[in-house]
Amino acid sequence: MSQKEITIALAGNPNSGKTTIFNNITGARQHVGNYPGVTVEKKYGYINYKGYKINVVDLPGTYSLTAYSEDEVVARNYIINENPDIVVDIIDSSNLERNLYLATQFIELGVPLVLAFNMSDMTKTRGKKINIELLSKLLASPIVETVGHKNKGTKDLLDAAIKHIENKDREKIEIKYGEEVENELEKISKFIEDKKTLQERPGSRWIALKLLEQDKEIINKVKEETGEAYLEIEQEVNRSIKHLSNILRDNPATVIADARYGFIRGALTETYKETEIEKVSATDKIDGVLTNRIVGLPIFAVLMWLMFQFVFKVGAYPMDWIDIGFSKLGDLVSNAMPEGLIQSLIVDGIIGGVGGVIIFTPNIILLFLCIAILEDSGYMARVAFIMDRLMHKIGLHGKSFIPMLIGFGCTIPSYMGSRILENKKDRLITMHVNTFMSCGARLPVYILLAGAFFPQIAGNVIFSIYVIGIVVAILMAKLLRVTRFKGESAPFVMELPPYRIPTFKGVLLHTWERTWLYIKKAGTIILAVSILMWILFTFPMIGENYSQDYDAEIVSLEQSFKSNEITEEEYEEDLTEIEAMKGAEGLAYSAAGRMERFIEPIFKPLGFDWKLAVASISGIAAKEVVVSTMGTLYSIQEADEESESLRENIAREYNPLIGYNFMLFTLLYFPCMAGMAVFRREAGWKEMWFQIGYTLLLAWVVSLVVFQIGRLFI
Amino acid sequence: MYLNEIKPKTKCRITKILGSGGIHSRLLDMGCVKGEEIEVIKVAPLGDPIDITVKGYHLTLRKNEAKNIEVETI
Repeated sequence: MSQKEITIALAGNPNSGKTTIFNNITGARQHVGNYPGVTVEKKYGYINYKGYKINVVDLPGTYSLTAYSEDEVVARNYIINENPDIVVDIIDSSNLERNLYLATQFIELGVPLVLAFNMSDMTKTRGKKINIELLSKLLASPIVETVGHKNKGTKDLLDAAIKHIENKDREKIEIKYGEEVENELEKISKFIEDKKTLQERPGSRWIALKLLEQDKEIINKVKEETGEAYLEIEQEVNRSIKHLSNILRDNPATVIADARYGFIRGALTETYKETEIEKVSATDKIDGVLTNRIVGLPIFAVLMWLMFQFVFKVGAYPMDWIDIGFSKLGDLVSNAMPEGLIQSLIVDGIIGGVGGVIIFTPNIILLFLCIAILEDSGYMARVAFIMDRLMHKIGLHGKSFIPMLIGFGCTIPSYMGSRILENKKDRLITMHVNTFMSCGARLPVYILLAGAFFPQIAGNVIFSIYVIGIVVAILMAKLLRVTRFKGESAPFVMELPPYRIPTFKGVLLHTWERTWLYIKKAGTIILAVSILMWILFTFPMIGENYSQDYDAEIVSLEQSFKSNEITEEEYEEDLTEIEAMKGAEGLAYSAAGRMERFIEPIFKPLGFDWKLAVASISGIAAKEVVVSTMGTLYSIQEADEESESLRENIAREYNPLIGYNFMLFTLLYFPCMAGMAVFRREAGWKEMWFQIGYTLLLAWVVSLVVFQIGRLFI
Repeated sequence: MYLNEIKPKTKCRITKILGSGGIHSRLLDMGCVKGEEIEVIKVAPLGDPIDITVKGYHLTLRKNEAKNIEVETI
């Protein structure tokens, strides 16, 4: 039996409960991708229902369908280009008027429409009455009452959608914008029809409407299609706009919006009744505390502190387990395989590299759990409300605060957390400066160097690095706002949605989706880069080309030990030293080692020798690797940031200025390759290379200036 | 009078939406249209933005954006 396939596009305002309904319909059968060419997330899924295969596409949540926001353009273009069989518009029934505004624009597009009046239980308890049958008639669209978080009405919604699709004589309605506008619409439609530029859908009336609204996207499209003839159309449209502005004393866009609201009001006066005046709502009571002028900020600070503690303190336990697990796995493979290249590739390259990424997963899961709760409860919008003044001063958006704070823990989740910013420019600026919030992996480097050069004031020195990071972030945000991401910053006009208790299923799905993206996408790229890094640090192999015969030295050492010339302690110590020297020479012989000597001139003006250069390059894999690389380079095995012998060696070889400068350099260049893999996923190759390029340049310039000026004083 | 000059706990009616482009369209989309009754509820702890009710829901906007809304008190 052949199955009939239909496509439903799910639309609705943000906070209308659209995602919950999408989850109710598709369950686990959903996928996440991106719309081509933009960073807007595309979620789709399917369900087999009553002999139909129903594909469901979750359009971005929007209030309107203008050309001013990427999300809205994506939603609109999907409907025009992909031609779904039906649009299901999720309406928050506690806020009918504003929610129906989006519906009027689907009516304008002429696409079959079903309305889901969601959270219908709330309206009933609040004493509001809707005459569904009549309203449905007035809007020429079936209306289904749903309660998303209780999974009520989902089947009715699907039934209504199928029935409406199969209904061959659907009624069509048009929204009327008043006599004057209608006259002009007719003229312009005729004009474009004569010019034969009419796209078959959504029709000349819609195109004319958009031209009157001065919709940039549509203007460009018409321009493309008509070429030279566009000049005449433009003249005609401008004449209309001027005419309407004169007689209506307002620009046509305003008049058209008024007419849409007029249409909604008209339909609602006949069908909607509030039987009792609402008392102070729960949301107002909560907001009386959470956004209170005096206690609002302290409460926010405490909540952020708790979240930070939760994500990184609680996350530390599973991170330890993963760490132990991967090193056990490494040992297991080491023992099971003969020593050699393949073993080294698997243990050092693949297990080490991928383990370095997987280890962040607990942080990511917990963080997205927190973000999902903050978002689904409605508090995220309040964060923006509380913090916007401060963040706006540095050219960012109120919501930028959360990802930036997270950056102090780990930069990777902070890149991903930047998704809460809907505006592309705000999102990219936030991502580009998040890296200066010094992450946990950089701390071992500071501890090592501050301990080596400033043992008395190590804490203050490390603190100064953190402060410099924040200052750099502020300056860069301002700089990026006036250069690369110039232009009108997105207007801050945002809904403060009612507080809601997040649903268990919704929060878990949200968290899992993000986490899985991280593991899957970052994991594959990391695997490739890990292998590449391993190759660079392994080949060409030194073979027999050591400057000294280390093996012979070891043999003779063993003999002296056996003949009791030296104690066991001395033996262990010397053996470690010889092996470390051998390792360091091997490293210097490898491609990475040679490359470093080759690019030493680049680092020399900063006061860094080739060893510091190799250490900072190895930090590309992950910043904490800088410490272990330095251990290899200074022939100290098993070095960690507390290692006294490593500190002594470093302190002997460099001065405090170079030490501090190296900390600055480590702070400023991009965090790590896992971070860059995520950056590419979130913002594309171009932005990733920009991030890499400008942070390297910045790190280099700052270190250069600090070293060259500092040199004059010591 | 413009919305950014209105004190908290004050009701007013929108008489005109000024500005053009993105901000203009955004205000209309969010329900700020001529004739609409709105109330300024509060100002954020740091002095900006403001929280208003329009069409029965809470909307927050910066004072700079509120300059685009011409109102009369009622």
